[in-house]
Amino acid sequence: MKIFKLLLKNSLRHKLRTFLTILGIAIAVIAFNVLRTVVTAWSVGVEASSANRLITRQAISFIFTLPYAYRDKIAQVQGVEEVTFANWFQGVYIDKNQFFARLAVDPETLFRVYPEYLISEDELATFKKERNSCVIGIDIAKKYDLKIGDVMNIDGDIYPGNWDFVVKGIYHPRDKTTDATQMFFHWTYLDERIKQDMPGRDGEVGWYTIKISDPSKAAAVSEQIDKLFKNSMAETKTETERAFQQGFLQSTSSIITSMNVISFVIIGIIMLVLGNTMIMAARERTREYAVFKTLGFSARHLVGLIMGESLIISAIGGGLGLALTFPIIAAFAEFIPKGWFPIFEIETITIVFSVTAALMIGILASIFPIQKALRTKIVDGFRFVG
Amino acid sequence: MSLIIQIENLSKSYWRDSMEIPVLHNLNLEVERGGFLSLMGPSGSGKTTLLNLIAGIDRPSSGKVIVNDSDISKMGESALAKWRAINIGFVFQFYNLIPVLTAYENVELPLILTKLSRKERKKHVETALSIVGLEDRMHHSPRQLSGGQEQRVAIARAIVADPLILVADEPTGDLDKNSADEILTLMKRLNSEFDKTIIIVTHDPHAARIAKIVHQLDKGELIIK
Ligand SMILES: Nc1ncnc2c1ncn2[C@@H]1O[C@H](COP(=O)(O)OP(=O)(O)OP(=O)(O)O)[C@@H](O)[C@H]1O
Ligand SMILES: [Mg+2]
Repeated sequence: MKIFKLLLKNSLRHKLRTFLTILGIAIAVIAFNVLRTVVTAWSVGVEASSANRLITRQAISFIFTLPYAYRDKIAQVQGVEEVTFANWFQGVYIDKNQFFARLAVDPETLFRVYPEYLISEDELATFKKERNSCVIGIDIAKKYDLKIGDVMNIDGDIYPGNWDFVVKGIYHPRDKTTDATQMFFHWTYLDERIKQDMPGRDGEVGWYTIKISDPSKAAAVSEQIDKLFKNSMAETKTETERAFQQGFLQSTSSIITSMNVISFVIIGIIMLVLGNTMIMAARERTREYAVFKTLGFSARHLVGLIMGESLIISAIGGGLGLALTFPIIAAFAEFIPKGWFPIFEIETITIVFSVTAALMIGILASIFPIQKALRTKIVDGFRFVG
Repeated sequence: MSLIIQIENLSKSYWRDSMEIPVLHNLNLEVERGGFLSLMGPSGSGKTTLLNLIAGIDRPSSGKVIVNDSDISKMGESALAKWRAINIGFVFQFYNLIPVLTAYENVELPLILTKLSRKERKKHVETALSIVGLEDRMHHSPRQLSGGQEQRVAIARAIVADPLILVADEPTGDLDKNSADEILTLMKRLNSEFDKTIIIVTHDPHAARIAKIVHQLDKGELIIK
């Protein structure tokens, strides 16, 4: 007989209790992993943002627009390499639940400012040429089964009307963090129609994205740009893309913070669950530990016996939780509308952390029962009545 | 004949909170190698306490306990544990088998601490189980055994490592008469055939009678008969 066999038999003594403890650990590990994945998915946008891009928007609020005429002025600022711009178009595609970014852009400059959107030269050339064409990210193409030549019909809301766009290009993400869930079409196509339908609202740009030659000069360039439009009808606020993203995150940051906190609270809870199980188990076995000691088993053996059992339970629970994490995260990724998160995948660090935590908890949960077992004198152990 | 146990001026008190509970006072006792000693006495007179001190699972408050020429009251905790594994076999009133292990595995427990190979361990376990007449119940778990059978497994576990001394605290206390007789016969055989020195605590005069020497303990004092 090996000690390991005794460990297994011990942990199966109260099958229901062990099963519930394992289940508890598994659920906690899953919850931890899912929460961490949401948290990291959220902040991935910030990490993905480029340090050499600035965003110029209306100073008062993101929802107000800027004159198209700013474009040339911005382009003349020293340190500015390229200027592109976009309008948030939104609209309803298929139904209201299909959420992904639909933007009116400048085809000439967009892909130069965003080199992480990879598109073939042919497709880009066609896109530039055809007024009512659009380019979509590969994820969108896959999700809606869209191919080159297909028509996307969108019901405008911010810009009312019925809009048809012909898919003429599909871009691929360069990096894992690149958002491949957007749809781009010609800003001029939008602007011309607005000029007809809603004169006065034409010539408006949602925001400018500026590529700068030297990221270390970002602050100076930003200041320079904002100074240009000081005391005008539409003052601007320019900041790095990263700061912009962070600002966007700020509004949701309390949710993120609480998710972060909860994910660690969960770890604490698993520890209590397992600790409780181990304390009960060790208490029931007080007499048995006295027997082991009487037979000449040392402290080392008892530590092995108790910690081993605790580790078996936490390892099985952790393993089960981890195994179930993958399908559950995958299901989440399906369920969450495309475009909420550029990527929704469990990070290696999360896996490493949850597995380490499960094992650490296995060790920690056994410390108190071990102490108790070692401190109890043999004679007191025999006199112990549950 | 040489002495295997010499107890000199042994005193033992327990402490509950700050209250001293004196149990044994200046007790002297000698046991010869191969002896069979029975300890009797009223409840609370200190029989279990004395037995535990002899077996090295408890510490005297003062005095000497010399077993097989070593003074065990001076040994450190882990040295004492090793010493117990080699020298002492225990039999308890409530058997104290590990419920999740089979009879075989329970008997094998003390051998896990030795350097014996698997095969040698198997031989020892089977011998011990055949001495107590339970070789056919090897793979039963304690729950599948009767009280008498459980106690015999416990005796097999006590003798498997071939200790010098066997201590038994009311080994028949929880058994019916037939089972008790079986256990006592077994003890007697272990003493006469295998030369084990045996110390048995009992309330049962019949059980005491099979011993060569009977000591009476009363309020922590020995009355030697
Ligand atoms: N570990 C202990 N802690 C405190 N008091 C103890 C302890 N062990 C024994 N005692 C006390 O010491 C006295 C003697 O106990 P002991 O168990 O040796 O008696 P005993 O002769 O074996 O009695 P019984 O026949 O009932 O088993 C009792 O008053 C008991 O309450
Ligand atoms: Mg007693």
